[in-house]
Amino acid sequence: MSEAVVEAGDANTIVNDFSRDKQVFGVPWGKAMMWIFLLSDTFIFSCFLVGYMSVRISTTDPWPLPSEVFALSFGGDPIPLILIAIMTFILITSSGTMAMAVNMGYRKDRKKTFWLMVATAALGASFVGMQAFEWTKLIMEGVRPWGNPFGAAQFGSSFFMITGFHGLHVSAGVIYLLVVANRVRNGFYERRGGNYEIVEITGLYWHFVDLVWVFIFAFFYLW
Amino acid sequence: MGYVAIADRDHEIEHHDPQTFISKYVWSQDHKVIAIQYGCTAIFVGLIALCLSAMMRLQLGFPDSFSFINPENYYQFVTMHGMIMVIYLLTALFLGGFGNYLIPLMVGSRDMVFPYLNMLSYWVYLLSVIILLISFFVPGGATGAGWTLYPPQAIMAGTPGTEWGIILMLASLGVFIVAFTMGGLNYITTVLQARCRGMTLMRMPLSVWGIFIATILGLLAFPALLVSAIMMLFDKTLHTSFFMPAISSAGMDPGYTGGSPILFQHLFWFFGHPEVYIVALPAFGIVSDLLSTHARKNIFGYRMMVWAIIAIGGLSFIVWAHHMYVSGMNPYFGFFFATTTLIIAVPTAIKVYNWVLTLWEGNIHLRVPMLFSIGFIFTFLHGGLTGLFLGNVTIDLPLSDTYFVVAHFHMVMGVSPILVVFGAIYHWWPKITGKMYNETLGKWHFWMTFLGTYAIYLPMHYLGFQGVPRRYFAMGNTDFLPASAQDLNAAITVSALFVAAAQILFFVNVIWSLKKGPKADPNPWDATSLEWQTPDTPPKHGNWGHDLPTCHRWAYDYSVPGYADDFIPQNVPPDIAPVGRDHEEDH
Repeated sequence: MSEAVVEAGDANTIVNDFSRDKQVFGVPWGKAMMWIFLLSDTFIFSCFLVGYMSVRISTTDPWPLPSEVFALSFGGDPIPLILIAIMTFILITSSGTMAMAVNMGYRKDRKKTFWLMVATAALGASFVGMQAFEWTKLIMEGVRPWGNPFGAAQFGSSFFMITGFHGLHVSAGVIYLLVVANRVRNGFYERRGGNYEIVEITGLYWHFVDLVWVFIFAFFYLW
Repeated sequence: MGYVAIADRDHEIEHHDPQTFISKYVWSQDHKVIAIQYGCTAIFVGLIALCLSAMMRLQLGFPDSFSFINPENYYQFVTMHGMIMVIYLLTALFLGGFGNYLIPLMVGSRDMVFPYLNMLSYWVYLLSVIILLISFFVPGGATGAGWTLYPPQAIMAGTPGTEWGIILMLASLGVFIVAFTMGGLNYITTVLQARCRGMTLMRMPLSVWGIFIATILGLLAFPALLVSAIMMLFDKTLHTSFFMPAISSAGMDPGYTGGSPILFQHLFWFFGHPEVYIVALPAFGIVSDLLSTHARKNIFGYRMMVWAIIAIGGLSFIVWAHHMYVSGMNPYFGFFFATTTLIIAVPTAIKVYNWVLTLWEGNIHLRVPMLFSIGFIFTFLHGGLTGLFLGNVTIDLPLSDTYFVVAHFHMVMGVSPILVVFGAIYHWWPKITGKMYNETLGKWHFWMTFLGTYAIYLPMHYLGFQGVPRRYFAMGNTDFLPASAQDLNAAITVSALFVAAAQILFFVNVIWSLKKGPKADPNPWDATSLEWQTPDTPPKHGNWGHDLPTCHRWAYDYSVPGYADDFIPQNVPPDIAPVGRDHEEDH
C-alpha cells in the first residue's frame, strides 16, 4: 500500500508519480540540492539583469556603445568585443571539458577525470584573468562605479556589479573544481563507495555559470 | 557502500553520534538541537522587537511624556521592530525553528540530508543577528528608514542611521539570506528525497507542506532582496545611482543621477509579498494539524488544503505591486495586480472554510494549543477581510499609509502567525522537552494575548478610517482628527503594554515546566503523525532508534469507525487497524 495506485488515464497519475514513496526524483541528494540552488541563483542573476535593464531605461544620460568601449586594438584598428569573444569561447570550451570529465567520472577513470577537471579549472581561471585585465583596462580609462567618461553612470555600476558577481561565481567554481578534482585523484570517493556523482554535480554548477555568462553577454555586451 | 549519510541510515550507527557536550549542544549537527538554537535566538531578538514596539506605543499613547524617545529614536524603533519581527523572528522561527525540528521527524528521517550545512545555517544566522544588533550601537544608531528601506530617503542625510545603521542593516540582510539559503536547500531536499518508506508527499502532515512550500518561496523571493540590498549598499558606499535619481539634499547636490527609486520598490516587494506567505504558509500548515489533532477529526479536504497551499504560493509571486498603488503605475497594472490579489482570497478562503469544517461536530478538546489555533482562525479572518479592502486600488488609495494598513498587516501577519507559534510551542513542548507545561498558566496566557491583541488592533482600523497616518512621531494640531483619536491611542498603548506583560506568563510557564514540570507522556495528545511515535521522548540523535519507521496511512486517521482508539498512528499497518480516508483508497 505504500505504492500509489496508478491507473492509466487517471487525472491524478502525475501527482501520484511525483508524490511517490521516499523520493520524488531518482537522483542523489546532492544533485537535487544543486538543482534547487541553481534555481534560486537563477533568480539572483535575473534580478541583477532586470535591475540593469531598468536603470538603463531610466537614466537620462546616453548609454555608452559597448562595441566601442569593449574594443581592443592589436596595433591596427580596434576590434569590437574581441576580448569578450575570446572569453566567451574559453568559457564554452570549459563546458566541453567539464562534460568530458563527467563522462570519465562515470567510467571511473580517475586519472582522466582529474586532468579534465583541472583543464576546466584552468580555462575558468584564465577567464577570470581576462576579466581582471578588462576591469583594469576600463579603470585605467576612467570607468568607475559612480561615473565614466563615456556616458551614463549606470554603465559602470552595472558592469562592475554584474560581471563582478559572475566573476565571483566563476572563481568559486574554480576552487570547487580543484577541491573535487583533488579528491578524485587521492581516492576520497573510492573510500566512500566509488561514486562519482559529485563530478556531475560540480558540472551542473559549472554549466550554470557558463549559461549565465551567455545571458550577460547577450544583454550587456551585445545590446 | 562505505558511507551512508545519516538521514538515510536504516540502522543507526552508534559511533557517529556526538560524544562531547560541545558537539552535542553547541556545534551540533542534530536537526533538533539546531531547531532549538534557531528558536531561542529568534525569540530573543523577538523580545527586543517587542520592547521597541512598547516604546513606540508609549510615544503614540502619551506624546512628549518620555524624554528618552525623540523623533530619531522613534523611527529607529519602527524600522527595527518591523525588520526584526518579519525576518529575524518569524521567518527564522517558522523555517529554522519549526522547519528544522518537524521536517525530519514528520517525514520519518533521521536528520536533514546535509547536517553540516544545516549547522552552518544556524551559525550564519546568528552572525546576521549579531550584525543587526551591533547597528544599535554604531555612531548615528540603527537605521530609521522604515522596514521597507525605500530609497532615496533610506540613504540620504536626514533619515536617522544613514551613517552606519543602514550599511549594517543591508549587510545583515545579505548574511541572513546566505543562512536561509543553506537551511532552505536542506529542508526542500529532505522533504523531496529523504522520506521514510510509505511516506508519499500526499501523506505528509500539512505542517510539512506549509513549511516546504514556504521554503520554496523563500529560495525564489530572497534573491530579489539580496540584489536590492547589494545595489543599495553600492548606492550608499560607492555612490552608484541604481536607485538614486538626481536629487538635491539640503541645498547640496549629492551627485546622484538617473537611478530609479521605483525599481527598488519592485525588487523589494517581489521579495516582500512572498515573504508574507513565507510566514503565513507554515502557520497554515501547523494550525491545520493542531486543529485536527485536538478536534479528534481528520482535516477537512486534505488534498484541497495541499493544493490551496501550492496555489497561494504560486499566486504570491504575481501580486507584489499591490503594495505600490500609491507609488504610481499604469492603471492597467493596478487592475492586474488588484485582480491577482483578490484571486488569492479564493484558496485562502478554502483553507478557512476547511478549518472551520474540521471543527464541525468534532470532539473538541479546548487545550492550550487548540485555544491558540481557534484564536488564529478569528484573527486571520479579520486580517484577511481587511486585505480585501486594501487589495482594491480605489479603496487602497485613501487608506494607504494610515493605521488601517497597520491594523491589517498586524492582524494577518503579526498576531495570526504569533498565535500559531505559541500554539505550536505548547503543542510540541512535551515532545521537545519531555516535560508538561502548566495548563492554567497557558490558558491565561492565551486569553490575555488574544483579547489584548483585539483591544490593540480593532481600534486601529477605526483610527485608519479617521485618516490617522502611520509612522508619524506626533500628530500635531491636525484639524481632521477628533480629540478622541488621542484617547483611543492612549487606550491602545495600555492594551499593548498589557499584552507585552502577558508574555511573561509564557516564560514563567517555560521555566516552571523545565524545572518542575511533570514528565510528559510520549504522545500526550494521542496524535497520529510520526514525530509522536519516536522510541524516546525527547527524541535522541538519529530520532528512530534502530529502525526507521514505515508509514502506512495519512496523518489524519482520527476517530476511524470500527477501531477502539480514536486515533491510529501513521506507522500502524492496515492489517492491524482500518485505514481511514487515505486518498489512495478514494480511487
